[in-house]
Amino acid sequence: MLWQALTLQLGYNATLVAIGAILLGFAAGVTGTFLFLRRRALVSDAISHATLPGVGLAFIVMVALGGDGRNLAGLLAGSAVTAALGLLAVQWLTRRTRLAEDSAIGAVLSVFFGFGVVLLTVIQTMESGRQAGLDSLLLGSTAGMLRSDALLIAVGGALTLILTLILRRPMIMVAFDEDYAAALGLNIRQVDLATMGLVMAVTVVGLKVVGLILIVALLIIPPVTARFWTDRTERVWLLSGVIGGLSGFVGAAISASAPALPTGPIIVLTGFSVFAASLFLAPNRGVLAAVIRHVAFQRRVHVRQGLLALAHGQPIYERYTVRLLHRAGLSRPDGVATEAGRARAAKALLDEKRWEILRAMPDHEAAAALYDGMRPIETVVTRDQLAEIDTHLAAPQEVPA
Amino acid sequence: MTRIALASTNGQTMTGECPETAPMSIRGMTVSYGQKPVVFSVDATFPEGSMTAIIGPNGAGKSTLLKASLGILRPLSGIVTVFGRPLNSQRHRIAYVPQRASVDWDFPTTVLDVVLMGLSRELGLLRLVRPRHRARALDCLTRVGMAEFADRQIGQLSGGQQQRVFLARALAQGADLYLLDEPFAGVDAATEKAIIAVLKTLRAEGKTVVSVHHDLSTVGDYFDRVLILNTSKIAEGPVADAFTEANLQAAYGGRLATAQVAGIPAAG
Amino acid sequence: MSGAEFVPLSLTPILIGVFAAIACALPGNFLVLRRQALIGDAISHVVLPGIVVAFLITGTVTAWPMMIGAAAAALLAVLLIEAIRRLGGIEPGAAMGVVFTTMFAGGVLLLERSDTSTVHLDVEHALMGNLESLIWLDAFGWGSLLDPEALAGLPPELLRMGLSMIGVVAFIWLFWRPLKISTFDEGFAQVMGMRTNLIGLSLVAVSALAAVAAFDAVGSIIVIAMFICPPAAARLMTDRLGAQVGWSVVFATLSAVLGYVLAGYGPLWLGAEDSVSAAGMIATMSGIVLGLAALFGPARGGAQG
Repeated sequence: MLWQALTLQLGYNATLVAIGAILLGFAAGVTGTFLFLRRRALVSDAISHATLPGVGLAFIVMVALGGDGRNLAGLLAGSAVTAALGLLAVQWLTRRTRLAEDSAIGAVLSVFFGFGVVLLTVIQTMESGRQAGLDSLLLGSTAGMLRSDALLIAVGGALTLILTLILRRPMIMVAFDEDYAAALGLNIRQVDLATMGLVMAVTVVGLKVVGLILIVALLIIPPVTARFWTDRTERVWLLSGVIGGLSGFVGAAISASAPALPTGPIIVLTGFSVFAASLFLAPNRGVLAAVIRHVAFQRRVHVRQGLLALAHGQPIYERYTVRLLHRAGLSRPDGVATEAGRARAAKALLDEKRWEILRAMPDHEAAAALYDGMRPIETVVTRDQLAEIDTHLAAPQEVPA
Repeated sequence: MTRIALASTNGQTMTGECPETAPMSIRGMTVSYGQKPVVFSVDATFPEGSMTAIIGPNGAGKSTLLKASLGILRPLSGIVTVFGRPLNSQRHRIAYVPQRASVDWDFPTTVLDVVLMGLSRELGLLRLVRPRHRARALDCLTRVGMAEFADRQIGQLSGGQQQRVFLARALAQGADLYLLDEPFAGVDAATEKAIIAVLKTLRAEGKTVVSVHHDLSTVGDYFDRVLILNTSKIAEGPVADAFTEANLQAAYGGRLATAQVAGIPAAG
Repeated sequence: MSGAEFVPLSLTPILIGVFAAIACALPGNFLVLRRQALIGDAISHVVLPGIVVAFLITGTVTAWPMMIGAAAAALLAVLLIEAIRRLGGIEPGAAMGVVFTTMFAGGVLLLERSDTSTVHLDVEHALMGNLESLIWLDAFGWGSLLDPEALAGLPPELLRMGLSMIGVVAFIWLFWRPLKISTFDEGFAQVMGMRTNLIGLSLVAVSALAAVAAFDAVGSIIVIAMFICPPAAARLMTDRLGAQVGWSVVFATLSAVLGYVLAGYGPLWLGAEDSVSAAGMIATMSGIVLGLAALFGPARGGAQG
């Protein structure tokens, strides 16, 4: 069953939804990258919660006009309107008052959601509202979907993705370096507006698939995950899109393969698995690599400082340093240098003195700026320069035992 | 060459004479952001009744050294003693004046309230603020020339006024060791004068003052000791001995020339 | 309105609403000032997985296991956010987004996979609350307030919410100074010897307590409105912290009372027959209060003007 789902053999509707979820996931991953890089990831939270009153209003209006309140296109149109209003409200609060953006986001998302709940209770009392099924938009549900709905999602996902790809260059520039982008003549406000427009599009298309509470995950988890693997903006957005698309696909397929497996949560949990793996295992920014690096580095710092103290004949203050030196055979347990320790200490002292000379030379400022106490001087100057530095050295000194 | 000798002997003499009860003594302090130490293996001692400027080029680790020695940042290595004891047992004797930009000046509170924060050790959790506490806070404000602003919202102050309020808060603590992070950054001339006058009074009372400082041209007028820093310690000692062109050259490199145009004495 | 109608049907829901609003607004003041308003958002979203797991473990829908489950989920969420922020070097907003959506998704999935259809545990209830159902059937009028037999029939939520509010008030009162100083100037607080991490974590824990106690009545999303709207509106009224907290209590109370009354009686006045969601209306009112404060509040502008 799962295999059939993964190979898109579960019928026309399921296939359409899967394709829609892939496209949506990809578009969300790419769009989310720009939100994330601009440190505004949670603005999407306000936008998504603000769709609820729009859904309710659209339902009421459609019924009042004598139509079917459950028309998905109509509901999504309504949700887009209040999502835009929510976004405007966030901007208004942050620009016009002293409130910070996080307060504005929290206020808007909860108040709009609260008003949406009021409208839902109104709908429940309406004749046609009893089976409105609007709660499927809260958590997303693709089970028993109409063909036209599936088509709408697939087409919506495709359109959003195309728009995202078209607009990605200016969005990258603004996310990467706002001032530079402005200097190039880009209108920052328009680009931001376009980004927010895309976030809204993703949210609205995603309502039926993942629901309004979880759509935020599609916009946040993929870019955060991608960031672990690369430092280059050009690759972050692409990788983020791929992670989003993959989560969408796996989520839609698993969900179609059995009952009681809601699409939204499965998509989110798939994305989170990739995130968790990246958090720990990514080669450079991953936690495991970072911890190993940090411990090794701290040891190197202590050994180096210990050696310098030995060279200067100073006491070593920290027991950890002595332990490390002893373990490396450089000192006795009481902190007195061994033969090997004295040799290494002399080398460390020589290094420091060479650095001191280098740093006092006005011609080598760029190289001197690389000093951090740990870097071997051989990595910043040529052999000839080193020889020049050595001419300034005093006669080799005895390292005190 | 003499300078090298000076730097290393300096290190030795400092440890040799390091009084166990110095207001603050730092040993083997290394702090890094990621894999790059910004402060490397720094030893420093601030003797009682002295007034020390920590100087060095931008990014030399001056503020980092201060924060790490106060436990605000976690160092990779290093031991700090305050009056010969562990830092945590002596916090009541330390007053810290952070960089102005480090706090939210939009916070809903008044000038007097901020100064009263300096008394919070004494007030504990629940003791009420009594008139005598208020009087003390006002007195501290008077010493920095800010008494008339006591009821102002802190967001309405100028940069220099904010800095003076911070100093008043430190005074209210009644500490023995004062650590200031760039107190003169972006303040007006009147504020600079007022602050330095207060600091000199503190020194006269036998208190110890350490300040991260930017302006080389005023080092000699304001301070009696310097700690010259550029990742590692370049020199430490009385201004007359340590504030030399050679040491500055070593710390600032080519940037010193630019600084000199701005009116630094050719030699310390 | 007669006491015979008001006391059994409206008094307890209004009191619970007011207690919940105050319990959330008090810590909300500090969350807003610390730029951590969205911690409230994260906490309240993870209440759902918390109660689902508590249900799966205990097999009952009684109050205490659920509250403990929700509180545990809130603390877990905060620790995860902090861990991801520090270990991964990710900005707090994004770290929150990752954690609370994932936990929420886990809660929904568990709920769908387990047989909870027989018990009263559904997503909608957890998200939207059901303030109207917390009525006092044993009361017959104002006199019941002195009748021990009737008092024994008070909805247990009232006592729970009341105690939670008292707990929150006690915390804020006791730790007012450290909270204030560490919020304003963390570095200074640390040098004074305050455990700022611990203070921050306690604030979050107390917020979680308030959220958990309140979600039962008003639902987990609307709790966010109570955390943020009254303190945010209060911030626009004054430049004194004490006064701000006072205003926030006034606004919280106002929103709760007005919201409940409008939800219950507003539709009747408009000629409709049924009432609307009280929790939703309370959130809406708090939004309107915030909107008015943003338009007319004497301290609405920043330090710049």
